[in-house]
Amino acid sequence: MYNRLDQEEQHEDDAQKDKYLTFALGDEEYGIEIAHVTEIIGIQSITEVPQLPEFMMGIINLRGKIIPVMDVRLRFRKRFRDYNDRTCIIVINIKELSIGLIVDRVAEVISIPRSDIVPPPDMKQEGSRYIQGIGKVGEQVKLLLDCDELLNYYEVESLHEAGQHNTGG
Amino acid sequence: MTEQQQAELYLEMYVFESEQLIGQLEAILLECEKSGSFASEAVDEIFRSMHTLKGSAAMMQFACISEVAHAIEDLFYALRLNPLDSDSFGQLFELILTGLDFIKAETLKLRQGHEPDGNAESIVAGIKSFLDYWNKAETEREYMAVVFFDEGCQMENVRAYNLLRQLADRGLEPLFYEPVGILEGEDTVDIIRNEGFKLNLCSASPEEDIRDCLHSIAFVREVQLRPVSHLQSDSQVTAVADEDFKETASQYERRDIPAQTLISVNVGKLDQLMDLVGELVIAEAMVTQHEELKDIASDHFQKAAVHLRKITGELQNIVMSIRMVPLATTFHKMHRIVRDMGKKLDKEVDIHIIGEETEVDKNIIEHIADPLMHLVRNAVDHGMENTQERLAAGKTAIGSLTLEARNAGSDVIILVRDDGRGLDKDKIFNRAVAHGLIIGREQTDMSDREIFNLIFLPGFSTKENVTEYSGRGVGMDVAFKNIENVGGSIAIESVKGEGTVISLKIPLTLAIIDGMNVRVGNSRYTIPTTAIQESFKPRLTDTLVDPVGNEMIMLRGECYPILRLHEQFGKGERGGNLNDGVLVVVEQEERRLCLLVDELLGQQQVVVKTLPAYIRNLKKINGLAGCTLLGDGSISLILDVAGLMDTNGAAKGRLHQGILKRE
Repeated sequence: MYNRLDQEEQHEDDAQKDKYLTFALGDEEYGIEIAHVTEIIGIQSITEVPQLPEFMMGIINLRGKIIPVMDVRLRFRKRFRDYNDRTCIIVINIKELSIGLIVDRVAEVISIPRSDIVPPPDMKQEGSRYIQGIGKVGEQVKLLLDCDELLNYYEVESLHEAGQHNTGG
Repeated sequence: MTEQQQAELYLEMYVFESEQLIGQLEAILLECEKSGSFASEAVDEIFRSMHTLKGSAAMMQFACISEVAHAIEDLFYALRLNPLDSDSFGQLFELILTGLDFIKAETLKLRQGHEPDGNAESIVAGIKSFLDYWNKAETEREYMAVVFFDEGCQMENVRAYNLLRQLADRGLEPLFYEPVGILEGEDTVDIIRNEGFKLNLCSASPEEDIRDCLHSIAFVREVQLRPVSHLQSDSQVTAVADEDFKETASQYERRDIPAQTLISVNVGKLDQLMDLVGELVIAEAMVTQHEELKDIASDHFQKAAVHLRKITGELQNIVMSIRMVPLATTFHKMHRIVRDMGKKLDKEVDIHIIGEETEVDKNIIEHIADPLMHLVRNAVDHGMENTQERLAAGKTAIGSLTLEARNAGSDVIILVRDDGRGLDKDKIFNRAVAHGLIIGREQTDMSDREIFNLIFLPGFSTKENVTEYSGRGVGMDVAFKNIENVGGSIAIESVKGEGTVISLKIPLTLAIIDGMNVRVGNSRYTIPTTAIQESFKPRLTDTLVDPVGNEMIMLRGECYPILRLHEQFGKGERGGNLNDGVLVVVEQEERRLCLLVDELLGQQQVVVKTLPAYIRNLKKINGLAGCTLLGDGSISLILDVAGLMDTNGAAKGRLHQGILKRE
């Protein structure tokens, strides 16, 4: 019984292996491991939550569950672009935390074998830490996102705020 | 389910059950201590519980726990057979409590994810040696025998002498016998013939063996044999003991709980159930108040909608009531604390419990157990005088501490009342000044209440000597924070020399609150109705602005600070219009604040949801308690009035709120 379940799990793992959901922000295409993705929904009304960093747009009601949404454009310090009917929210689940990522548009699910992924060049730049690799698909390249890093928010960014508020209270 | 998960599940169940059993055992034991004896029901009960503890500990392979439980079980097994004399009661009692404490400590280790590694040897050895001593004392019983010889056998005195010889051969030396000097006088023959030969024996053998032994001796016709105990030799004592026994027995009958009708459920499942019901309530509102259905004039639909609302309402009530737990267990824990502290500090304190059946949401109980313990400890340690002081002050020698709980609307009030020395206002004030907790205030401007509340400030402690139990200056402020965190409040009343009453006001549940929905710009917020005093349209002529830009309003001769929610929660721009808006006056702990909102949308019960974990980890948002879903599926943010006051008090209205220096 357990063995069969294990096999099925294995099977599912295999099915998700090396698969990436690709989405676009402006001209660049990004990829995100399919295993993290729960669902993709259209843009919907977002309730603003005060005092959050700019890229946290607020919270949405996803069938009774309340999840936070992050604008990936703003997270990468790009210019804000008005939402339209192609704007999507990719709901991902990492370490029991659900979060929605707002992206310009969702492209497709593609398979990128490990051999086609190269590590990002070592640029000592803040933005590059979100990229865990660069995938080659035909003539194109996709920037593969490190979801953990995307959600981590501390360090320099929150230092000036930590000075103002005593979060331990 | 993997093996690992299975094991964790078992462990969780084990810890839960053990903790419950330990709690019950403690309650029974303390009851026994009060009555000074072990009623047979209590003995059976303790024996059974210990047996269960031992069995499950052995199954989980926690050797040290099962050893101790086994030893205590042995004790009670012996106690079932032989009654205990009052001298060893105290000793036995301490042994059992130490054993139980050991099990409790080990179980706590398990709960905290450690292995139970305590050394049980000394406890087990202690119990063993007590048991040995007691067995010797108890099994060597004294018997009184009256022996009649065959009629017409003649020379009864010689027969009696022979009997003594034969008994001596079998190792049964009589303690004494009657009549004495059987071989000297002829008159002993008649006495023995008429009244029988009386002798007292001491033996470890059971009664039957002795009887058989006596019968086996030649010419013995009849043997009257009965064990002698010092209690039974005095018939009056026996009668009193019997009455005592009946009394304690009846106490246990009343406590009888029909166990088979209860099941234990994982709290996680209940939380899930509650979330689902919360969603159901919202979904119900979404359907019945749907925009497109508003114009349908169908009686059938209306009827069906009302029916649905009724059922969801009932369902919600039931689910809420499942989570309600009586305060009894929490209160009864205090028995033990008061007893132990009383012993250590040499104070006699009686604890009275009123309204232990009052029910509170399980989550809340978890939050108030610790604060309550701090309050009780403080009352006994700081509040209570010792016996001499009490007598000198003309009070009863034994102090009294009352724990009382009662319902008051959607709140529960818990009172901790002692008849000790009361709080000393001057001492508290001076202490607070010395520690820099108050600045620029005269004692005469402060109300009693304000002064008493100083003891909840961090770093405050009036006791010069730090004791084992309290006085480190942590605790009271932590207690205060915990109570505040569940939306409760603490108030102190005290009369010097007569005692102190600390009252906790705690909401029945955290999950559903009455709220007023308001609109601020495009956002909606919910203000807990309990905090709202009034709301009104302000007149611009009543408002003032101080040089720093703080806005205030005069209302019936009092001046209140204004907080524009636009500004607090917007992107910093000055929004909102005093002309068109509405001011909502909110109060928390006697502090008031006027919130400027655009519109009042209406009052409703809302299901409180916490903000998503990611946001909570990211940042603690001041002034927000959570969020809720409205009937149309949109989200409303629930305001935390106390939080708003703190931010407002810190940043702005120093003029009004500058009394307490809080970190």
